[in-house]
Amino acid sequence: MHSDHGDVHASVRKYFMIGAALLIFTGITVAANLMHLAIPLAITVALAIAITKASMVAAVFMHLSDEKKWIYGALLLTVIFFFVLMSVPSFTNMDVIGTHEPAIGGGEHPAGH
Amino acid sequence: MNIPYTVEIRPDTGLANGKLGIWLFLASEVMLFGALFSTYIILRNGAAEWPHGELSVPLGAINTVILISSSVTMVMAWASLKLNDWAKHRLYLIATFVLAALFLVNKYFEYSDHLAKGEGPWHSTFLAIYFTLTGLHGLHIVGGMIVMAYFIGPGAKLWKANADQFANRIEYTGLYWHFVDLVWIFLFPVLYLL
Repeated sequence: MHSDHGDVHASVRKYFMIGAALLIFTGITVAANLMHLAIPLAITVALAIAITKASMVAAVFMHLSDEKKWIYGALLLTVIFFFVLMSVPSFTNMDVIGTHEPAIGGGEHPAGH
Repeated sequence: MNIPYTVEIRPDTGLANGKLGIWLFLASEVMLFGALFSTYIILRNGAAEWPHGELSVPLGAINTVILISSSVTMVMAWASLKLNDWAKHRLYLIATFVLAALFLVNKYFEYSDHLAKGEGPWHSTFLAIYFTLTGLHGLHIVGGMIVMAYFIGPGAKLWKANADQFANRIEYTGLYWHFVDLVWIFLFPVLYLL
């Protein structure tokens, strides 16, 4: 953990460099959006960049890269349940994804109106 | 009565109690926002069409820059304490607070613009999930600002009484704040760009 004076001093430059990298990745995200990629590719690129940025924040700013196993254990459980949370709802309407049919009764109006 | 292990490391976990506590809290926050992101997935998958261009990408990008910068100033506020530089700590913590306030000011203008056109959460499914996600995120920003204000104000005297405990509290505040930034890192592309 970064508690030594020397360790913290060495980390200061890293904090600013990661901050700059995050700003650059934000620019890349906006630029990728201007390219008007096909939706599946746009989603993949946007989420890949977001995950990269989030990993940098977690590893460096939140010091997760050198944390104790109790923290890793708690987060591993969280990640597993998070993926379940993201995946299970899609199982309820997998048969109608991309067909423009509403999965649930209703949905007469498009989402923008 | 003193609360144990506020500074000393617990022999079983290898951590101070507050560190494990804040991470467990953040784990619960992941599930809270995860539920709303999951809702977004269901709503978008079930929609015949999904609107684009309703939100201001420049304003969203500026807010992203603001929050990333505030994460840098927040970690520097903690690092300054570890380097025993009280003046730098105050500067960085106040800068973090000001950046958070700037984020909320931008959010206010964004919300006002939509509401003035009658585009509230009732207007469409997209705006309903937009206001819910960004509204909950905004409340978390306010919560973080309250904690920062306490440590800028009356809480600062702990530095003289117990410097290590104060540094730990700033570290835990920082962990919360970086999480708030992390949520926005996903919110911005999901709502503004895709």
